[in-house]
Amino acid sequence: MAEPDAKPTKEAEAAQRRLGAAGPQASASTSGTRAAGALEPAPTEEPQPRPFGEGYKLIGKDYTTPDLLAKVTGKSKYAEDFRAEGMLFCKLVPSPMPHGRIRSVNLSQALALPGVRAILTADDLPPQPNPLAERALTNEPMFQGDPIMAVAAVDEATAAEAIELIEVDLEPRPFVIDPLESLRPGGPNPHAQGNVWVRSGPPHPGIHLTPLKWTAEDFADYDQGRLPMGHAPDEWSYGDVEAGFKSAKLVLDESFVTPDVSHQCLEPRTAMAYWQNGKLFMHVGTQSTYQTVPAIARWLQMDPDKVVLISEYTGGGFGSKVTGTQVMIVAALLAKKCQAPVMMRISREEEQYLGRARPGFQGRMKIGFAADGRITALDMFVVCNSGGYGSQFDSISSGNTVSLLYQPPAMRWRGVTVMTNTPTRSAQSSPGGLQGITIIEPILARAARQLGVDQVALRRVNAPEGKSDFGPANHGVRPHSTSSFLKQALDHGAEQFQWAQRAARPKRSGTKARGVGVSLSGFGAGSIGYDGLLVVTPAGRVRFHCGIGNLGTESISDVHRAAAEVLDVPWESCDVVWGDSSRHLPYTCPSDGSQTTHAMTRAAHAVAMACRQRLQEVAAKALGGRPEDYEVANQRVFRKGGGGGLSFAQAAQHAIRLGGIYDGHAAAAEVHPATQAAAGGLAGQGLVVAARDLYGRDGSTYSFVASFAEVEVDVETGKYDVIDFLAYGDVGTVMHPRALGGQLLGRSTLGIAHAIGQKWVFDPQYGAMVAKRFYQNKPPTILDVPVAMQWNALNLPDPETPVGARGVGEPPVGGGCAAVLNALSDALGDEIYQRAPVNADTILTSLIAGRPMQHPLMANI
Amino acid sequence: MAVVRDVMPAFDLLQPTTAAEAQRLLQQHGAEAWAMAGGMDSFDWLKDRIKRPRVVVDLSGIAELKGIRASGGGVEIGALTTLTGIANHPAIQKDYGLLAQAASLVASPQIRNQGTIGGNVSQDVRCWYYRDGWPCYRAGGNLCYADTPVGRNREHAILGANRCVAVHPSDTAPALIALEAQFVLQTPQGERVVEAEDYFVGPGQDITRINLLQPGDLLTAIRLPGTWAGARFYFEKVRDRNVWDFPLMNVASAMTLAGGQIERIRLAVNAVAPQPLRLRAVEAAVRGLPANAATGEMAGQLAVRGAVALQFNAYKIPLMSNLVKRAIGGVPEATWA
Repeated sequence: MAEPDAKPTKEAEAAQRRLGAAGPQASASTSGTRAAGALEPAPTEEPQPRPFGEGYKLIGKDYTTPDLLAKVTGKSKYAEDFRAEGMLFCKLVPSPMPHGRIRSVNLSQALALPGVRAILTADDLPPQPNPLAERALTNEPMFQGDPIMAVAAVDEATAAEAIELIEVDLEPRPFVIDPLESLRPGGPNPHAQGNVWVRSGPPHPGIHLTPLKWTAEDFADYDQGRLPMGHAPDEWSYGDVEAGFKSAKLVLDESFVTPDVSHQCLEPRTAMAYWQNGKLFMHVGTQSTYQTVPAIARWLQMDPDKVVLISEYTGGGFGSKVTGTQVMIVAALLAKKCQAPVMMRISREEEQYLGRARPGFQGRMKIGFAADGRITALDMFVVCNSGGYGSQFDSISSGNTVSLLYQPPAMRWRGVTVMTNTPTRSAQSSPGGLQGITIIEPILARAARQLGVDQVALRRVNAPEGKSDFGPANHGVRPHSTSSFLKQALDHGAEQFQWAQRAARPKRSGTKARGVGVSLSGFGAGSIGYDGLLVVTPAGRVRFHCGIGNLGTESISDVHRAAAEVLDVPWESCDVVWGDSSRHLPYTCPSDGSQTTHAMTRAAHAVAMACRQRLQEVAAKALGGRPEDYEVANQRVFRKGGGGGLSFAQAAQHAIRLGGIYDGHAAAAEVHPATQAAAGGLAGQGLVVAARDLYGRDGSTYSFVASFAEVEVDVETGKYDVIDFLAYGDVGTVMHPRALGGQLLGRSTLGIAHAIGQKWVFDPQYGAMVAKRFYQNKPPTILDVPVAMQWNALNLPDPETPVGARGVGEPPVGGGCAAVLNALSDALGDEIYQRAPVNADTILTSLIAGRPMQHPLMANI
Repeated sequence: MAVVRDVMPAFDLLQPTTAAEAQRLLQQHGAEAWAMAGGMDSFDWLKDRIKRPRVVVDLSGIAELKGIRASGGGVEIGALTTLTGIANHPAIQKDYGLLAQAASLVASPQIRNQGTIGGNVSQDVRCWYYRDGWPCYRAGGNLCYADTPVGRNREHAILGANRCVAVHPSDTAPALIALEAQFVLQTPQGERVVEAEDYFVGPGQDITRINLLQPGDLLTAIRLPGTWAGARFYFEKVRDRNVWDFPLMNVASAMTLAGGQIERIRLAVNAVAPQPLRLRAVEAAVRGLPANAATGEMAGQLAVRGAVALQFNAYKIPLMSNLVKRAIGGVPEATWA
């Protein structure tokens, strides 16, 4: 270990100041030594993994989360479980065609059916000036299943019967499913305005849809499985790419197709809504409680103060429910129209249409390698299927992720984001990250074999270290990550996985082939600038008001343990209020981009520090002396070195007497207006403290994972099993080991799903999705992952955030997919697959033919 | 008319408690009735509003159609016996391990607890176009949507296609064919007993049906003769997922050996054709030959004669060849150092 203060950088000093301020417990354990070591790694000594929770009372320890008992006993109520007096049900009317325009409708028979209360059409929605924007209902459906109307009735059976009485005359419009088909000369456009999303700079920055067709020459090598690379509207580069290729010992140029994959949340986007006294009450599943209120208000064009959102439990999000989904306002509008509560249950088939999906990529990458496997140059080209609405940023994200994870000294990235008449996409765990990793990793595996370099060694030589630059320069400066210990994660992961021993084992026995694969993985993992809000109650308890959504990650309670740690309060004396926007919630980050743990431990730290300050002030006012004469520990504020003090209960009571900034009648000026209002709503309840995360940060926060997999393939059937898996995380300070393990393995499993079978299947002639049910689109089951999947983490704090914790949700996903793909090529050779997922059909036909046989560039087969 | 799925429409639910009563109800309501066993196939059709029977005859309350009992030299399995019940039954495990294994690989534990042997052999095809209500040949239309130049047909047929290229999805059917099972049907004309392989109807015979059952008919039992009890069995199911998946293909064989040579053999595959296929030519070709890899190799080649791949299912030809090879010659065990 480096001498902590041998060469403190400015950043390290800043980090140290912050961490030191975290109190005796925290400062003793995270006194900046790791931070300094990370910033200025000693030449001979590597940072070593640390035991979870070392030096802490709460951070890094397992505990029972406040929502656990209700979840395991079935008492937790999700949106669909709520009932209200006089509640109606509604069903959506899906478009039967992939693109059309409603010419006329006849609702008379449907409305005449007894029990039918109302039919909602797109004309009933608040106006949307942008014709390309997704709406809850539409007169121009952009994909099969796009909802065009909704029927409210006394029950679902009546609503369904009414739907079958609706006469709709839809004019079929041109459509396209496969992005490459729309780019062909004369290829169809998914919309009258064009097929490709193009960003424009000043003077009118924005994004618009435009027609783009490539030439027949561009498509010359399509049938050979080489991705056409015509004009790409998005492009960046840095370094001398051509020189990098010239100096390379080995240059590989490969095309690859990644799957469109539905989020498949087990809770579909069901919503229940009712109105009382002009206020809208909504029960929904969402990733973000606080942030969903303004989204609903925006979609309904109403005052957010009139929206009450209840979402205590959410059955999965993965990026598809960041602020819920537009379609949930259908329940609200029908409730208004019918003047009755309306429940909109979304079926599995509807969820398949509306539940969002990851954009599939058709990609190509040319990479130059030095003899030791170091990348000399990288040229990346991706076509992103962006679905029927909106431009997804996956293509951009894929370039940045590849640039950060593999640190090419010279790189060009080009991207084409194509609209198709397929369901709406959204971010899905590691958006673009998974696709980028899935495209590059099999090429690295191939390069390692051709160069005779160990797979782990090849990744280590390319992995980022410390503050690492990535992506293109912005105003002359390339952005950089806050820290990276990915090389250490690789080293310790390889040791735990016994990589060397496994890699040296024989690969064939009987009809079975085995192989091992390793992959780098990582994704953005933190934002800054949000607020914390807590109340020290007259009973002496500490209550955290939490605007985070309960999407299953346990961040609703994990982050507050950082505050409890700083305040030295036992967790048993803490309460968390979550899942109800009427319960005075502070300004909170959306729970996407794996930012919550980072952002909200900072906010929690800030509010705990502010609380300590207020407690000291209250004590000084009550007992005399100066605030700095007091310290906080053991649920008391007391004179340093002995003497009088107040219990938290007494301090809270005194705070109420003091009023003003102490009991919520006023709040710190720097906090968001929403937090001001929330504090005001709590006024008089105790010592009410609001604070904003004003801590600095040098760099963009990323978390990293080294992923390892072993597969066993039956070469006579093509069937294979993932027989072992390890995700080793570099995710900063570990907050809650059990939740971290759940994320590392759960999200790895999502990645594995992309490798082993989950996908969309479309009939391109009819523009119809044919694999709509679980048994057809095949999300993995518990029996499709190894019995004893392993995880671990370095537990090295990020130097740019006070608690050191980074997010973890998305970083493992790409590695889950790529480690399995790499294990397959280790077992079977390079000429097996050119797309994911890889199934028995892929393997069997390719083994016989000696080359990838599966329509290499075609989407959604 | 707009289309809506996943909402079961109203129907009259009739719940007989005896086979005779069930048969009477089925005959009374004829083509308007839908016979439902475990519901695993029925509920999809009903919830998707594609099959719209006026009457559903729920067979699940008929105790006499459940259970396994000795019969002649073999056993008789009530058609309403669950797949779990079969997979776990000591007599089936002891003498007819082939069927126990096939039943244990169907779908998932929950589905096996609910699904019945009668339902498993009588279920409809799972072609995703047909199941989604497309007006294809099998649904009474004049097109096969899976068999077009761009139709998605990865899981479809390589043999026996006749306008329809769907495959039969049952895991237990090939095992029952290999075991020389007999199916007992109650019809308005009286009891009818058919060989397992004759129970299944291909599209060339009648494209709108998948088995012999006509309106008013009831499958009551499946009989396993003693002929193959304790024979040498092989069953393998290849699927994408390790649970809750239909077969990409399966194979079942029963054989007896004399002096290391194949004395008697029955061999069937499923998910290769619209009905389970008994491979009679292969059976004939290997009789008298040693049950080894070379015979298996030859058999595998013979089995796929005449197979025609569609756009996305070429893998099924080598897969069938290899599965037949294994069913005869076995699989060399992997021995990892």
